[in-house]
Amino acid sequence: MAADAQHPLDLFGIDGLLSADDRDMRDTVRAFLDAEVRPHVPGWFEAGSVPVRELAPRFGELGLLGMHLEGYGCAGTSATAYGLACAELEAVDSGIRSLVSVQGSLAMFAIHHFGSEEQKQEWLPRMAAGEAIGCFGLTEPDFGSNPAGMRTRARRDGDDWVLDGSKMWITNGSVADVAVVWARTDDSDGSTVRGFVVPTDTPGFSAPEITGKLSLRASVTAELVLEGVRLPASAMLPEARGLSGPLSCLSEARFGIVFGALGAARDALEVTIAYTQDREIFDKPLAGYQITQTKLADMTLELGKGMLLALHLGALKDAGTLRPEQVSLGKLNSCREAIAIARECRTLLGANGIALEYSPMRHANNLESVLTYEGTSEVHQLVVGQALTGLPAFR
Amino acid sequence: MNIVVCVKYVPDAQSDRSFNEADNTTDREGVEGLLSELDEYAVEEALKIAEAGEGEVTVVTVGPEQAVNAVKKALQMGAHKAVHVSDEAIHGSDAAATSLILAEAVKKAAGDGTPDLVITGMSSTDGVMGVVPAMLAERLGLPQVTYASELTLHGDKVSIRRDGDAASETIESTLPALVSVTDQINEPRYPSFKGIMAAKKKPVETWSLADLGVDAGRVGLDAAWTKVTSFAKRPPREQGQLVTDEGDGGTKLAEFLSAQKFL
Repeated sequence: MAADAQHPLDLFGIDGLLSADDRDMRDTVRAFLDAEVRPHVPGWFEAGSVPVRELAPRFGELGLLGMHLEGYGCAGTSATAYGLACAELEAVDSGIRSLVSVQGSLAMFAIHHFGSEEQKQEWLPRMAAGEAIGCFGLTEPDFGSNPAGMRTRARRDGDDWVLDGSKMWITNGSVADVAVVWARTDDSDGSTVRGFVVPTDTPGFSAPEITGKLSLRASVTAELVLEGVRLPASAMLPEARGLSGPLSCLSEARFGIVFGALGAARDALEVTIAYTQDREIFDKPLAGYQITQTKLADMTLELGKGMLLALHLGALKDAGTLRPEQVSLGKLNSCREAIAIARECRTLLGANGIALEYSPMRHANNLESVLTYEGTSEVHQLVVGQALTGLPAFR
Repeated sequence: MNIVVCVKYVPDAQSDRSFNEADNTTDREGVEGLLSELDEYAVEEALKIAEAGEGEVTVVTVGPEQAVNAVKKALQMGAHKAVHVSDEAIHGSDAAATSLILAEAVKKAAGDGTPDLVITGMSSTDGVMGVVPAMLAERLGLPQVTYASELTLHGDKVSIRRDGDAASETIESTLPALVSVTDQINEPRYPSFKGIMAAKKKPVETWSLADLGVDAGRVGLDAAWTKVTSFAKRPPREQGQLVTDEGDGGTKLAEFLSAQKFL
């Protein structure tokens, strides 16, 4: 980088908006990932596999897993610190951030928020340490944006529950020790959605890995198959009744994505700025051309605006006033702009941009998933639309 | 066991380091600083000892205002308390003066006595003299056991392994003692989030020369035995020699290395 060149986010004075603790935690995550994880990611992406079992204990040592939850071995950081950590993780790869999101914001959050004391004691400390891996089963093959239509059933048999059905696109599914599975119950007091804490060694549970992905290749994705999975009554999450349970978990994970997607965009932009300064075309660096600079300026502007929105949402969450439709604003903006930035970066890299050596196209491919999971951009547009008009327009 | 670790706040070796134009001392203003990486090994070793038994780790640094960040990092890693010696008069101190200040600070930190163990890094990453540990041991009247690649405590003794070019030595000393450690001794931990949040509540004392009873005339640039009289930026590296492989690449490479006396 030229001596008088500034980092994109420094233009916005982002660091000055962070508390010392949040900044120190971000810097620690960045230093750890740069040394221990980043060098391996292109290889994992190419191989389509990631050593989740080796990474999780290292993440646990730092305190990354369930970091913004209180007690049970969790670090209890601010929500903003969690967001910043997600940005660092996703600056490395969306798949690595997904691992942490699913563990902390989906599986651990569900148990922490809706679980019995016994469930919390049994699972949370081990999950915080990365000794136990969790996954979260809501989406089904035919029910993504419409989880209410789920076909997975929990049937009462004496005191036990028996689960049948399947779940799709489950991050960490085939490496998990425990799955939080959402199912429709046919209970005496009516049909509703309940959550179950399912040890993955329970007979009838299987999790075949999904292969052939063109996105999130450095992430484990599986289907969950439940065939007569018999669970004791104590396996049900007592405090969650109806879809609001799993949806509140998704809101947690989306909050992390608001920051995370921007991390991917930041990395793509950093790589691209460095490349254009170094790459000579005709008789001068690519960075010295007006077309390059207008692209870089526009991308930086969107990155910085997105980060300012993310930090604002972080402040609202830390104040305890963040509403789900506000998370939708952030998720919609971050994913949409991040994927646009990553793709634009690829154009500046020319033919080299398709090589694994450069991160932008890997980020762009990953962001196709991030744009879609945890609520598609279209669903978030409709959440915002409903907030503006009072009229739900989902169906 | 009471352990004192002496650490230094240095300019980040990754950034463009330079000297202060006014007095030819290390420029600490125009560059990011951090806990010297070689001192992280000393902090880590102290923490391992403390965690294996009963122990308290105190971190001591001497340096300008922002040097407190070095001990803060050590507190985030898990050290229990910290001392920052800061005084205008210290600016420009050489190794001899630094060891004098450190010696008084170590004694005061140990309640006007001697800690069971003083641990340091093998050298700073800016000055790179590597003499302060020995000078400090001399001033404290402690056995100096330097360049430890392994450290073992048994009873009131400490033994270390020192790896030389020709042989590895095992050296034993009675406690209290001063041990300097190399970058081979352990893998320093990253501060955990809990550690970062807990560090804020840990005590950091700031002492002046007067607090230590050190005469300001014995330290600082004017008292230094050696001075930097001038400096010049290293010229930018020239482009290397490109060897085109026309079937004889290996031979050409060997010829080049031989000409440079590498072979």
